[in-house]
Amino acid sequence: MDNTDMVMLDDFCASHHVEISFIHSLEESGLIETVVINEALCVTSNDLPKLEQITRLHQDLNINPEGIGAVTHLLRHIEEMKQEIAQLRNRLSFYEGEEP
Amino acid sequence: MEYIDYYKVLGLDKNATQDDIKKAYRKLARKHHPDLNPNDKEAHKKFQQVNEANEVLSDPEKRKKYDQYGKDWQHAEQFEQARQSRQGAQHFGGEGFSGQFDEGDFSDFFASMFGDSGGFRQRQTKFRGEDYHAELQLNLTDVYKTHQQVLKVNDKNIRITIPAGVEDGQKIKVKGFGGPGINGGPNGDLYITFHIVNNTGFRRHGNDLHKNIDLDLYTAVLGGEMTVDTLDGKIKLNVKQETQNETKIRLKGKGFPVYKKDGEFGDLILTFKLKIPVNLTEKQKELFEQLSKLSS
Repeated sequence: MDNTDMVMLDDFCASHHVEISFIHSLEESGLIETVVINEALCVTSNDLPKLEQITRLHQDLNINPEGIGAVTHLLRHIEEMKQEIAQLRNRLSFYEGEEP
Repeated sequence: MEYIDYYKVLGLDKNATQDDIKKAYRKLARKHHPDLNPNDKEAHKKFQQVNEANEVLSDPEKRKKYDQYGKDWQHAEQFEQARQSRQGAQHFGGEGFSGQFDEGDFSDFFASMFGDSGGFRQRQTKFRGEDYHAELQLNLTDVYKTHQQVLKVNDKNIRITIPAGVEDGQKIKVKGFGGPGINGGPNGDLYITFHIVNNTGFRRHGNDLHKNIDLDLYTAVLGGEMTVDTLDGKIKLNVKQETQNETKIRLKGKGFPVYKKDGEFGDLILTFKLKIPVNLTEKQKELFEQLSKLSS
């Protein structure tokens, strides 16, 4: 992967006022994946919105990594259910539109 | 500009302790946090109010100023100048405040009391921009093939590719085409929900298409050839002898394209609906009677 797609976590911690230990605890909880490039700990820019969301939940609501794991799981679950409802609506309209 | 009762925002009275404020803030912040209420503008606004109330009431200096001048906030600066001239060069608020909040995040009331930067603690919350939602109505035949379309969203023309096989109610995300980020946060995304209008006579079930076909008695009994419509044009069909009413036949690969799988198609399922001849001539009736006798 191109290094320009990486965000150095030292920079992230400085700009978001979090300790690097917070990043380590997120990685230990399996919430993010980090990579080391030229001895610098990085995340991919694709994962940055997720990391920022986690950081906001931690800073604003004081939620620990385990709690954040539960919250993100439930948010994903809600999104999946919304998609399933849309699919079921389509199937229902198929049967409702059936000719007698 | 309206006076904002920060105590009311947090559901507290004026005698609330710091502990009460902390608890009320946590409870309401959890309830209205934008990350927990994606795309809910009302929750976003509520969260900003709760945040603002907490920033003021959890800081003893700012709470004091708010309690002192709150209802007369319009005159706070004059009161302040008069007080300072009486007490010499004593600062209120102090220079230690160098918050980085964007003024747009807070009310005019707050800015008038505490200044644009608000005297916040050093914390800059970055938020993704708002996600935009758009709806696009298309005909079933429009989504039979991948095509490009230009959409106008908030006065911006956006060219999008609509892949063949999109379903009714399906939502696609166009990354970065939502509202601008707050405090340097990333732009939101644009979500487009498709409404597929089907007036083709085909019924769609996933990638399969269904259609009822009228079959005359003679072709049903004797077999024969007939022409049927598909979304891709007409095809010739061989009807077997003695085909029964409600017989279904499946035409492989003549259904709807599979979403984002080039060259893959569902099937077309045809159901024969037998049509009994009406208004028979005397000769026809006679022949049917002969047939009937032969069969019994």
